Amino acid sequence: MKFTALKALGTSAVLALAATSSAWATECIAPANPGGGWDFTCRQVGKLLYDLKQVDAPVQVTNMAGAGGGLAYSYVVNERNTDADLIVAASSATTTRLAQKAFGDATADQVRFVGAIGADPGVIVVAKDSPFQTLGDMVEAIKADPGSVAFAGGSAAGGFDHMKPLQVMKAAGFTDIGSIKYIGVDGGADAITQTVGGFTQAMTGDMSEIVGFIQSGEVRALAVLTEDRVPGFDDIPTAREQGFDVVAVNWRGFYVPKGISDDEFNVWASRIQAIADSAEWKETMTANGLAPFTKVGGDFQSWVDQVVADTEALSKEIGVIQ
Amino acid sequence: MELLSNLALGFDVALSPLTLVLAVVGCFLGTIIGALPGLGPSNGVAILIPITFSLGLDATAALVLLTSVYYGAMYGGRISSILLNIPGDEPAMMTTLDGYPMAKAGRAGDALVISGVASFVGALLATIALAMVAPFLARIAYKFGPAEYFALYALAFATLGGMASNNQAKAALASFIGLAIALIGLDNNSGFYRFTGGNLHLADGIDFLVAIVGLFAVSEVFIFIETHGKSSAAGVKLGKVTVPWAEMWSTRWTMIRSSIVGFVAGVLPGAGASLGSFMTYMMEKGIAGEKGGFGTGVAKGVAAPEAGNNAAAGGALVPMLTLGVPGSGTTAVLLAVLMTLNITPGPTLFADRPEVVWGLIASLLIANFVLLAMNVPMVKVFVKILMVPPAILLPGVTMVSFVGIYSLSGSYFDLVLMIVFGVMGYAFRKMDIPTVPVILGILLGYQMENNLRHAMTLSGGDWTYLFSSPIAAVLWVAAAAGFIAPMFLRGVLKRPPVPDSANED
Repeated sequence: MKFTALKALGTSAVLALAATSSAWATECIAPANPGGGWDFTCRQVGKLLYDLKQVDAPVQVTNMAGAGGGLAYSYVVNERNTDADLIVAASSATTTRLAQKAFGDATADQVRFVGAIGADPGVIVVAKDSPFQTLGDMVEAIKADPGSVAFAGGSAAGGFDHMKPLQVMKAAGFTDIGSIKYIGVDGGADAITQTVGGFTQAMTGDMSEIVGFIQSGEVRALAVLTEDRVPGFDDIPTAREQGFDVVAVNWRGFYVPKGISDDEFNVWASRIQAIADSAEWKETMTANGLAPFTKVGGDFQSWVDQVVADTEALSKEIGVIQ
Repeated sequence: MELLSNLALGFDVALSPLTLVLAVVGCFLGTIIGALPGLGPSNGVAILIPITFSLGLDATAALVLLTSVYYGAMYGGRISSILLNIPGDEPAMMTTLDGYPMAKAGRAGDALVISGVASFVGALLATIALAMVAPFLARIAYKFGPAEYFALYALAFATLGGMASNNQAKAALASFIGLAIALIGLDNNSGFYRFTGGNLHLADGIDFLVAIVGLFAVSEVFIFIETHGKSSAAGVKLGKVTVPWAEMWSTRWTMIRSSIVGFVAGVLPGAGASLGSFMTYMMEKGIAGEKGGFGTGVAKGVAAPEAGNNAAAGGALVPMLTLGVPGSGTTAVLLAVLMTLNITPGPTLFADRPEVVWGLIASLLIANFVLLAMNVPMVKVFVKILMVPPAILLPGVTMVSFVGIYSLSGSYFDLVLMIVFGVMGYAFRKMDIPTVPVILGILLGYQMENNLRHAMTLSGGDWTYLFSSPIAAVLWVAAAAGFIAPMFLRGVLKRPPVPDSANED
């Protein structure tokens, strides 16, 4: 951690000395402490960028935790706006928070979203002895009595995990989504513990959070929120095939500073495409429960814009923002 | 005898020249990191993560090194608590209450030896319990929902009144200030920010490490400056270290009771080592009664929290390994390390990767014996580090505090905040307001509020839900007893309250 501070000092010193510091390593900012999803994205992709000769020096990873990614966001916008050697790890949490104005006054158009290279599929899970056998059973129970099913998830109220069951209920034509019970606990494993313990009736989270518990048989997944079934978990039906048209994946990707040129943006887009196509990255994804999800360049930016608009509308509906 | 064959497998994995060297190095570094204020087990482990990767250590070797640092820091935290009245890390906070008065009375060596042995007993019993009953114990976590956790935190606060025996109102005021500080930041239950004034640095709330380093270490520097070092805590002399056998033997039941309570507190995610050491201290204080002299520098007062917090450190590994739920900051960092090594903790870990689990348990046992050797016969080595003249030590403490706090988020904002807490700590000490309840308020307030709000969400606002389970009911009865009993006993015994010397200076 001391090293991070020193590196940050070093980086700024070099930047101050010479704007053309092509010899200096590319930097990836993980807007969280070591160990989380953003840190994982930076370290794995950073390693592959160098291994696959996409960059000519090892990528340096800087951890900048705070405000759920907000500190790093405002740092990039205010201090590094034209730095073409910088990428920042991002995920669905980034766009959710931007849509909800959780990064102060920052808005999603202050950076450029350059690419996603994989996704952690959203899942809805119940304890093994739950009366619900299908997602439809659960939806019917909530329609009959919204208070009878409480969800636990690893994000705060209004966060990405909270949105998933709300989107399912909206797709089922249920309008009073403010009445659906949700508690935000400390991470996915904690949410499963509350559900297995019977304190909540269902857990909403990411595929990577439930793998061990699915294998031990303590929980059952009612639905995975992807377009197609996830390889390796072929017995879990999608919400879509059960009649609820919801796709909610926690994508993992990057944004770059707004002030770089279109050419520089396209260089990053092609680098990320190269990582996504590599055999090494496919292996990493399988080992970590990630599903393929590749969108780069302009495609990705317009997809993000749509997601931000949708999240904003849903957040207003449940009263997280005015 | 499955346990023995498993342990044999574990020692087979963990006993190599390389891992033994790593265990010794880890224990040594951990003890120093623990002893330095501002650097606790979670920073210690986090600082060493990049080193384990750049050394290219395999999973077992990396775990041996990091858990040695973890256990080492838990041992080391007591050294500065006793000698400087500054807790080296948050669970060592309770050790200041009796450890420092002992040191002032010229018994620093006794306090260090007794607390070192207590740490060993707590950690050893916890490691054995971890080996024997971890998969079974993991099920305890399933029994604790929002109502049970809320009752548990209520129990902690109910016993708080007995903390500062000279003035309960001041202890209550201090804990309310702590609770108020805990409200700052993102409200998990509505998604709104509270009391941040739009400042992103406050969005995650105030890290209690900032508060603890400010309240204890920085305020100590202010006291030192004011008195020109005359009545400062720094500079306690340590004579010859001997083993006070008789006194240690008299604490044997305290150590065993505290180990059990500490371990259970560690197993519960969200309770952890700080609550473990707090509860064991209050429990032993209650058992000893007014005659026990807790707070004036008694052996049981250092044995209880040290056995408790080291047992809790072992207990916290249970939910981390079996459920993937980290019960503390340090286990969260260890969990991250495991995931990076492609080991996913969870219900299947014991079956899927026995060599990792049993190698870890074996290395914990090894680390524990190394630490006993380092912390009892060799304790003077570490004491020397803290025994440099105060004029050098305190600037050093300040520097380490600043580096440690800066490393949390890499922003100067936390440094300013730390100084604010330092001024607050100085003012509190002048007004004889205890600072420990402030920390407990910050530490527990967030979780206590969250669990209350969760309980209300789940029950649709029905407050009887809080008392609806047998576990919750038992905890509430204990809380009521803990709150009422001291007043009742005080009235019956009609004894003058014991002055709380830990807060006098």
